[in-house]
Amino acid sequence: MSLGQQVGSDRQLARLLQIGIVLEEVVEARASRHYQSLAEEDRTLDAEIEALLSHAAEESADHRKRLEDLIEGLNVDSVPFDEIETLVEARYGQTKPDDFDGVLYDQLCNEETAYKFYDDLIEAIEASEASFSVDREQLLAVLRGLREEERDGVEEVTTIMEERE
Amino acid sequence: MNTANQYLKAIYLIQQQDNSPAATGRVADMLDVSPASANEMIGKLESRELAEHEKYKGVSLTDEGIVRARDALQTYCIIQRFLVNVLGVEEFREEAHELESVIDGTVAERLDTIIDRKPECPDCFDPELDACGCLNVEIEPEQPAD
Repeated sequence: MSLGQQVGSDRQLARLLQIGIVLEEVVEARASRHYQSLAEEDRTLDAEIEALLSHAAEESADHRKRLEDLIEGLNVDSVPFDEIETLVEARYGQTKPDDFDGVLYDQLCNEETAYKFYDDLIEAIEASEASFSVDREQLLAVLRGLREEERDGVEEVTTIMEERE
Repeated sequence: MNTANQYLKAIYLIQQQDNSPAATGRVADMLDVSPASANEMIGKLESRELAEHEKYKGVSLTDEGIVRARDALQTYCIIQRFLVNVLGVEEFREEAHELESVIDGTVAERLDTIIDRKPECPDCFDPELDACGCLNVEIEPEQPAD
């Protein structure tokens, strides 16, 4: 068993990227579910929140694609994404927020969790001397880009929450 | 989770199993590190007031150390459940060991929302099997390395 915060193999990296995809799926599923429930229940939509959720769902789909592209470049067997997508959708299809505050708070948790995940992953890759089947600098550039967008997402939600206090 | 948390988890489990302070050698064995490395980290845990070491007896966790250890164990359980119950990974122990140092408790909590949460976690963990007790498969004891 190895100790310490490091990523040492293609397989481990692929698994971590897969976990990133699951987290992005959670964000996407929750955002679109919230978006739909707002549209159904409140025809005088809150344009600001509507735009936020729509953007979050689009961004998560884009992040998933970027993570999938990285996994494709690794020397590992493919991982079953379809089943996970169904599972996440089934789980989050059942939940919906009580009000606008709940939607915002949930979105903040999603963005913060994703930011923390990418931040830890980048740190663990930087601490590792292992070589991967994908270019290390390109890998880190993609992950730093994702982290940056999650940070922007946290700030965006925080700003809206502060304005509404 | 970082290395310190992995030590806290090991000490906690040994204390539970032995019902006494954890001998440094046992901690080193469980983590597959040298006794010198274990000693060094136990010293660091002491300086952070997470553990107390008594010569010839072993190391015990403080209240704060126990809280941290249980959090770490819960994260480890969640990772195992996610690997087995969601992804169907067979070599879940090995992968969970690799992932626990990178997956933070906050992230693990989010992953856990996809699967059924168990109130008994982390007390469900079986240190003999090195496995969460809420896995959807029958667990065989881990084969010792050749």
